[in-house]
Amino acid sequence: MSPQPTPKGAGALRAEDPTLEDLAAGPKNRAGGLAGWLDDRTSVAKPTSYLLKKVFPDHWSFMLGEIAMFSLVILLITGTFLTFWFVPSAGEVIYNGSYVPLKGIPMSEAFRSTVDISFDVRGGLIMRQIHHWAALLFTVSITVHMFRVFFTGAFRKPREINWVIGTILSLLAINEGFTGYSLPDDLLSGTGLRAAEGFIQSVPVIGSYMAFFVFGGAFPGQAIIPRLFTVHVLLLPALIIGLFTAHIVLVAVHKHTQYPGPGRTNDNVVGFPFMPVYLAKAGGFFFMIFGITTLMAALVTINPIWLYGPYSPSPVTAGSQPDWYMGFADGALRLFPGFFEFNIFGHPLSLNVFIPSLIVMPLLYTIAGAYPFIESWVTGDRREHHLLDRPRNAPTRTGLGMMAISFYLILFFAAGNDLIAIKLGLSINAITQTLRVALFVVPPLAYWITKRICMSLQRRDHDLVLHGRESGRVVRTAEGRFFEVHEPLPEDQRWTLVQHERTTPVALAPTVDAHGIPRKSTRRERLRAKVSGFYFADGVQPVTPTELAAAHHDGSAREAIEADQEPVGQEPRAVQWVGQLHGGAEERPETDAYASHDDGGDPGPTLEP
Amino acid sequence: MSEHGTGPGENANDPGAAARLEQNPGQGQVAEVAGGMPERFTNPGLPPHVPRSADLDEAAAHRAERQVATLFGISMVATVIFLVAYFAIDQQTYQFVPGIGQANLSNIVLGTSLGVSLLCIGIGAIHWAKTLMPDIEVAEDRHLQRSSDQARQDAVATITAGGNASQLGRRPLIKYTLGGALGLFALPLLVQLTGSLGPLPHADLAQTFWRRGMRLMRDPEMTPIKLSDVTLGSVFHVMPEGIDKSPDVLEEKAKAAVILISLPEAAIKVPKERDWGVGGVVAYSKICTHVGCPVGLYEHRTHHLLCPCHQSTFDVANDAAVIFGPAHRPLPQLKITVDSEGYLIAAAPFLQPVGPSYWERS
Repeated sequence: MSPQPTPKGAGALRAEDPTLEDLAAGPKNRAGGLAGWLDDRTSVAKPTSYLLKKVFPDHWSFMLGEIAMFSLVILLITGTFLTFWFVPSAGEVIYNGSYVPLKGIPMSEAFRSTVDISFDVRGGLIMRQIHHWAALLFTVSITVHMFRVFFTGAFRKPREINWVIGTILSLLAINEGFTGYSLPDDLLSGTGLRAAEGFIQSVPVIGSYMAFFVFGGAFPGQAIIPRLFTVHVLLLPALIIGLFTAHIVLVAVHKHTQYPGPGRTNDNVVGFPFMPVYLAKAGGFFFMIFGITTLMAALVTINPIWLYGPYSPSPVTAGSQPDWYMGFADGALRLFPGFFEFNIFGHPLSLNVFIPSLIVMPLLYTIAGAYPFIESWVTGDRREHHLLDRPRNAPTRTGLGMMAISFYLILFFAAGNDLIAIKLGLSINAITQTLRVALFVVPPLAYWITKRICMSLQRRDHDLVLHGRESGRVVRTAEGRFFEVHEPLPEDQRWTLVQHERTTPVALAPTVDAHGIPRKSTRRERLRAKVSGFYFADGVQPVTPTELAAAHHDGSAREAIEADQEPVGQEPRAVQWVGQLHGGAEERPETDAYASHDDGGDPGPTLEP
Repeated sequence: MSEHGTGPGENANDPGAAARLEQNPGQGQVAEVAGGMPERFTNPGLPPHVPRSADLDEAAAHRAERQVATLFGISMVATVIFLVAYFAIDQQTYQFVPGIGQANLSNIVLGTSLGVSLLCIGIGAIHWAKTLMPDIEVAEDRHLQRSSDQARQDAVATITAGGNASQLGRRPLIKYTLGGALGLFALPLLVQLTGSLGPLPHADLAQTFWRRGMRLMRDPEMTPIKLSDVTLGSVFHVMPEGIDKSPDVLEEKAKAAVILISLPEAAIKVPKERDWGVGGVVAYSKICTHVGCPVGLYEHRTHHLLCPCHQSTFDVANDAAVIFGPAHRPLPQLKITVDSEGYLIAAAPFLQPVGPSYWERS
């Protein structure tokens, strides 16, 4: 391959191709035919060109939300297929299909139709398995997308509403998942529903009434499967699609955030236009997600309900786990000690069930949803932010995020305490007790460690900017000292490391007002100043040009050598290097035995001819 | 790209904050400090475009074109394979697949061909975008979300004028009756929903199918159990006699499930437990007092019953008291005895509600 001297670009025209001017004059460029017909009636031309010209920035982490969006589409497609054969009924039937081990066994119509989809409907199993895998992918990608948005500070003004919508979507998604996997009425999911009935019963005062309303009478009853079906295919999808639409419209209104870098500012968005680049990339990505989900569904069995058997209240299998996204709630139930059941006025108050099953999930989501408002109060920052934070540049936020994730993960692993015990041959009691302690010990530790790591990374950035990158080239000076050449960062790279803002905590307003009249600061103000101090404590500020200039004057061995060289009047040295010398004696503190001690008598480094 | 424009820190509507982050002068004014050094570095602007090989070399562009076309071609072939396999492969064919084992051939071929066909479209389109479509980044300007003051005033004026035009403020009769009507109209919907969703529980949660004299039947065979069949250390899953004839089989089973355990009489620590059993054979409700899972895992050596859902552990030797886990109450015991033919029968129904706690349970 021999590069031609002038890059023409992959889209360069051949001699016979029509130019843009030709096209503009030709019939193709006029919106005629169907497009013209449509525009005559809807004036759709303007929004079309606006949307197609919209610029989206490129980054792998922006694809996490796309994965969620595309798996939602896959869920809608495959879910619609499944409704054609699934029978949402608890009516009892005797199985007589082609799966031999279940022949003659009484089961609900819901279970039989699910087995039929798996064995007798052509291509039914692949649709079912794509649906289930896509559901897992949907919830995973929502969660990881949420992490990305949190750690980069993308929830800041003006995107707080979209963050709240996102947390609601996440909550709806896991409940959509729960109602979905409960539909087949198999032994595993039926046991989950049985537990759900127990959760509802634990509500103080009205628990048993609520349980009877939800289940249409005693558990399991005939009503729950059709009701779950309506919730799963109508109610929750409608809410999810509605909120998702709002979510994506707001993304378009706000324009996408971007990572900091050369040329990227808070006032622009740098990337590629939707037409054609993102149409191809995002459209192609949809097909990739669909393809990978389908391959998983082809090769990895998921939720083999025919092995679990139909639901019956008395048998149970060891290792009963919910789908992963319900794991944290199940783990909370497993960790919550039984002594939280109290007796008040002769009535049991089962906080050991009520809190972990019905309070923890909404509480965690409320805290998550409220975070942007808490943070903006603490930082006093009311400006719009379109440039993302590098997580290290917001150490406290990143630490809090890791704290929340570690809390979540401990609950999640607690839901597998029996599996961990079996696989690792440990005592389940010891695991549970350890996790109970860990739930309170690990999150603060995670906060502290994360914050320290962030600050170390910030200091490393600092060092890189001030002293440049180690080039790996070691140079020996004339008198035998060794230095490693440090190359200053190119301006592009340096900008990414210094672009963030200096941070200062919110200070208490002066206690004497403009007219010299003393006022007491309110408790609210003092609290805010305190929390803000905590938030911004130990901040590592970005390098300023002054600091960089000072570093060059202080630590540059090159300048020392050159200065010494001139009076000697030697020929220019044969060895040329750019950058600075670091790590040598010049940089050692005065107290160091290896430091260079210039005491007048020392002639300094000289080069031998 | 725009290097100027209003700095983001100039929101005029925020004079109250006691302090704030320093403004970002990189996008507007460059603050000078002593010595002529700017306070911050300046944004160097977009880096130069690095041409791809397809930009420089016609042959590379052709190669990329062929690669994309090949991927789309593979997709078409895979779709054809799907269509053929759909009709050609029998639903019930099982085939050994390395790494998977016996697997449904139809599912594997249909899924793999569909997956490959989708995946190749996706990879092809992305490869096309990355190699041949323009890769020069463009910048679009942003604007503050806040509407102009004029637009805000217009909106307020419109709403106020509309409100005035409706005369809602001047005609309190309409205001209050409208409020009342709107406040009430949701009630019928709520009442219908809550009133018709389900019956009231009454005593349903407190009673089970067990009656005095009912035989203990093996679950699911529904055969009676002779005391002599219950060897030391054995465990039986038990249902009451006649429960399969009940109109609400599953609902009754969900409460009546019992586990029958035979342990050395000397190991039983509680006199009541010994009295309610027969020679060390005791029956306990199998419905966990935590959230109602069947307590199915029994360990002979320690006499512990473990719930597989949330690992509540009950000590059968000590009247099924909770020794670990999230449950609070012991499992209720079913008093049993032996009838004239030597079969185990219930000596009394459960004397307390089984299963998870609820408010009315005393």
